[in-house]
Amino acid sequence: MNAPTEFRYISKKRRVKEDRRFITGRGRYAADYKLPGMLHVAMVSSPFACADIKSINADAALAMPGVHYVLTGEELAANINPLLSGLDLPEVKRLPLANGRARYAGEWVAAVVADTRHIAEDAAELVEIDYDMLDFVIDPEEAIKPEAPVVHPEKGDNIFFDKTWVWGDVEGDFKRAPHSLSLRCSTVPIETFAVTASWDDGREMLDVWASIQMPKYPEQIARALRLPVSSVNVHFDVDVGGSYGLKRGIRQTVIVSYLTRKLRRPVRFIEDRLENMAGGEMHGPDRIFDMEVAYDDDGIMHSLKITATDDCGCYPGRAPLQLGKPVSAIVGPYRIGSAQYHARSVSTNKTSQEAVRGFGQAPTNFAIETVVDRIARELGMEREEIRRRNLIRSDEFPWRIPSGSEYDSGDYHAVLDKLMEAAGWDALIAKRDELRAEGKLAGLGLSTCLEPSGGNSSFEPLFNPKNDTTTWMESCLIKVDMLGGISAMMGTSTSGQGHETLLSVSIGEVLERDPDSIRAIHSESVTALPSNSPVGSRMAIMLGGAAAGAARKIKAQLIAIAAHNFQLPEDRLVYEGGDVYVEGDPDRRMKWEQLVDIAHRQYHNMPLGSEPGLQAQHTWEVPTGGAMPAADGTVQMYPCYAFEAHIPLVSIDPGTGQVEIHDYFIGHDCGTVINPDIVRGMTFGGIAHGIGAALYEKFQYDESGQLQAGTFMDYLLPSAHEIPSVGMVKHFTPSPLTEFGQKGSGESGYLGAPAAIAGAVNDALAPLGKSIETLPMRVRDIEALLNG
Amino acid sequence: MSTHTVKLTVNGKSCEGEAEARMTLVDFLRDVLELTGTHIGCEHGVCGACSVILDGKPVRSCLIYAVMADGHEITTVEGLEGSDGSLSPLQDAFWENHAMQCGYCTPGMLIASHHLLQENPSPSEEEIREAIGGNLCRCTGYQQIVEAVQMAAEKMKGGAA
Amino acid sequence: MKAAAFDYIRARSLDEVCQALADGDGEARIIAGGQTLIPLMAMRMARPETLIDINDIGELSGIETGGDFVTIKACTRQADILASDTVRAALPVLSDALSHVGHTQTRNRGTVGGSLVNADPSAEIPLIARLLDADMTARSISGERTIPAAGFFDSAMMTTLEPEECLVEVRFPVWPANRTGHGFHESSIRDSDFALAAAAAQLTLDQSGNCARLHLAIGGATPAPWRLDAVEAALTGGDLSDEAIEAAIADIPDMVEPQSDVHADADYRRRVARVLAGRAICDARDRAKGDRA
Repeated sequence: MNAPTEFRYISKKRRVKEDRRFITGRGRYAADYKLPGMLHVAMVSSPFACADIKSINADAALAMPGVHYVLTGEELAANINPLLSGLDLPEVKRLPLANGRARYAGEWVAAVVADTRHIAEDAAELVEIDYDMLDFVIDPEEAIKPEAPVVHPEKGDNIFFDKTWVWGDVEGDFKRAPHSLSLRCSTVPIETFAVTASWDDGREMLDVWASIQMPKYPEQIARALRLPVSSVNVHFDVDVGGSYGLKRGIRQTVIVSYLTRKLRRPVRFIEDRLENMAGGEMHGPDRIFDMEVAYDDDGIMHSLKITATDDCGCYPGRAPLQLGKPVSAIVGPYRIGSAQYHARSVSTNKTSQEAVRGFGQAPTNFAIETVVDRIARELGMEREEIRRRNLIRSDEFPWRIPSGSEYDSGDYHAVLDKLMEAAGWDALIAKRDELRAEGKLAGLGLSTCLEPSGGNSSFEPLFNPKNDTTTWMESCLIKVDMLGGISAMMGTSTSGQGHETLLSVSIGEVLERDPDSIRAIHSESVTALPSNSPVGSRMAIMLGGAAAGAARKIKAQLIAIAAHNFQLPEDRLVYEGGDVYVEGDPDRRMKWEQLVDIAHRQYHNMPLGSEPGLQAQHTWEVPTGGAMPAADGTVQMYPCYAFEAHIPLVSIDPGTGQVEIHDYFIGHDCGTVINPDIVRGMTFGGIAHGIGAALYEKFQYDESGQLQAGTFMDYLLPSAHEIPSVGMVKHFTPSPLTEFGQKGSGESGYLGAPAAIAGAVNDALAPLGKSIETLPMRVRDIEALLNG
Repeated sequence: MSTHTVKLTVNGKSCEGEAEARMTLVDFLRDVLELTGTHIGCEHGVCGACSVILDGKPVRSCLIYAVMADGHEITTVEGLEGSDGSLSPLQDAFWENHAMQCGYCTPGMLIASHHLLQENPSPSEEEIREAIGGNLCRCTGYQQIVEAVQMAAEKMKGGAA
Repeated sequence: MKAAAFDYIRARSLDEVCQALADGDGEARIIAGGQTLIPLMAMRMARPETLIDINDIGELSGIETGGDFVTIKACTRQADILASDTVRAALPVLSDALSHVGHTQTRNRGTVGGSLVNADPSAEIPLIARLLDADMTARSISGERTIPAAGFFDSAMMTTLEPEECLVEVRFPVWPANRTGHGFHESSIRDSDFALAAAAAQLTLDQSGNCARLHLAIGGATPAPWRLDAVEAALTGGDLSDEAIEAAIADIPDMVEPQSDVHADADYRRRVARVLAGRAICDARDRAKGDRA
């Protein structure tokens, strides 16, 4: 399937609408909103990995001029409902401020409110807290042991979740190739979490401006504060400075929302980087894998056993479900007939995990690809060859995997072909060998992985059967105004994905109107239609589909008006660019402006029983969604599957352990592309994120439970020096399930890059008989492996 | 502690405001002068989101106290466009090539690239990466930014104003 | 991350600086480029009562050559030093090292004096000062004194400057260009990061191509930049063959005293110090012979 040419606007080069405000410094981020009388918050954090809070004395802090309040965890706990967890753990209460016990170094214990952030920080230093230090556990494998200190004594152990599923006939002929791999996956956005809340007593309304990316955010605020949902108004038009899943800031939000209701003034909290890193609760999956694969002498994989132990940190929010999402692609892109999956989520005295791009799929892809490479090495087979033999074939779709999901479409071999040609595998091998001849270690990596997309979050009931939910929807409301302008409303926030462009292009395609004439608007939550937020790489599919659905309704209304005015049946009419004409007689035409005027002002010319005006809304459920998991855990999880293949060439300085990436190629297929620049940029950014995960980024703790990577000097984000230029080849296998054949691409590049980089590093180490199976592979780790 | 009167030239205009000595230039620009285009990402001089031009050189405005900038000249992202609101070739190239996603690092990237092109109208890819090497981006992977700077350099050589 | 409050003085002369330091009774600090001090103050790890801004003092800025020395005033921007053809010709190892110092934007503000006084064990400028036996001149209300590099860097983040002294200038000796070469290598995680370990070498060959004079200094793996006398002695007078260099550097892991931190442990720094020393000496040799640029 080559690049589609049958669209008018879809897949065409077009400037991204929202970029215009960013290039002129006119983005409106949460910290840019100033409200009169606004107060500022700074947090007081626990210095200990685990400690009872004996007393809090805020007298000195409150005596400082400009200080208005010091909120303790005890007061907050008495006045709010605990926060939601994705797991069934009623005994584990998650609160925005520690109450009675602080369970990780950096956990917020009190919130100081002052006229300025400067004064709030000054006062925070004066809050006297008496702690009783307790035993703590940092390592998840230690935390599992019966003698380990328990993070939540009410629970009794450190196991948040432990379940094994068996899909298919796993006990077949099984050749053991046992492995242990581990991957930590994290990120931090450049903008920290920021939120301003303002309670209006007159309207009984809580207005919230936040740097947010979170399903059911207004509802969770309402629930915590014991307010009606209609009393919470989240301003979704706040620009979010990057999120990648992390900006769930419900603790921060509940704190400022409680304070604004109490103090009757707007209250703002902008995390500084120290608060963000230590207490923002933004770890990603930190996962240890044990893998076993059954394969035969031809390299065909028959069965897969995965044990994943995930360090959840202190509290179970939504993040433990990141063990669940990989069920959607538990065998990767391969024709593996059975699988066993043992998932464990473990509590430790560290900051809590939050959703990170891919929601657990990247670590799983890393584990699977590492094992595939290992099998190839054992059999003396080329890594490309073993993949070719095992990849699902293009004529086999839709393909059902053992855990119940059906992959909608794909042509994995074609993407691999294109990539191999574009990258020039043989030339890269020659380059690798030249680098080796110069005295470096050098290696070529290959990974082939899936990006499940569409955000059908059926891991929710899978991991907590009491949470019997199957609704994952998205909406769009379109209004055509009296002068023929089109406005489209979305009910959620955006953090760089280009949703305004997505909306305008999707609607423009259906209505055949120039996307530049279509205004995309972020609603406020009180007027927004149901949305499940940009997560799970779902918005191209779901918002695109909702927009197209609403646009089709508008189109139908226009045709009905024309049919009525022509006094002809609709099948005699042609819709073209917003006009409607009589088939065979294009001059007998009612133009867009005329039809719009009738709709808004000429009720006497409207079909009988019409609603005046020209507006339509569409809310729809995720395709293939709507079913609870079966007793054995099988369920369709995510509707659409994008595919990517990566080839990096790396070299390693054997004396220092430094890694350099010389070349990077990716073959990518996310079905129909709505905006090429957006998908391209997202993929490059995902690869960069994956390089960071593979080589640099880690929330490092020491044995005393202190976060060592608490600033940007120690948490290392890759710069333009570390990220290479990437060559990308595209393939387009449309999804049969979506409006334009589009699949998601919000996680593209990221899901396959860590696996590919690990493969390249291990290819470089292979001549020495060494390998590394823990990510990130830092300079110190590689050098120690070589020379230690 | 006392406050100081800080007078400086920002984007060609004389500006004045009150600041404690400990107020950083970025906080002064954002909170006193209400120029919120310059962003804060770390407050310890690593991410570059706060980049501005000070006396013709790109610097991190979180690493200068406003009082230290008294009497000096600053250019922020708001000063890159024409007085009639027209986009500079660099800004236009950033838009054309989608050299951003969330936009948070973009003002800093524009400042760093703008200065590069003033000093070096024909930068190599390596020189571009060096110039933006102190501006972190999590969204883009830098490539479309590098391409945009190359595109702008081409356009500017062609005589576009 | 807002700093604790402080008083601010914008000094107009060196005398004013010295007086303010004396008046501050140990609680006043100089701010020059601020690239290190301001982050420390943002994290409230440094809390001076008074900041003395020296950026406006003309006599504290500039690069002078004279005789066999290059003198750089303390408040000279790193970017200006890096851009100086004079420095590149006379002190190529300093120019080389400077390209590793931070990033363009930090070099536009950071000063040579700030880096010297900060004395970070992994910083490049102190390493070069020690390599070349630079002299630091400091002034206070009591007068002026000159401190050689060997006696200036005390331990990690500590110099022998008194609290009321202001660094005025650093004077680098210039070696004869003929048959002289330098080498500089560092290992860092990302391009602009602090060096985990660094090695700098400068040597001059005699007429027959043997080593007449060698200086070798290590950074990042020691509390302060150290000259490795034993290695220098082992190679001086010899032919600087690869084998001789390999033999002379073999014990470097035992000669250094590194710390462990979040980025690398002590053993990494030990091993890599040796590797980088070898590379730096080889580069110096090859440059001295004219075999590389």
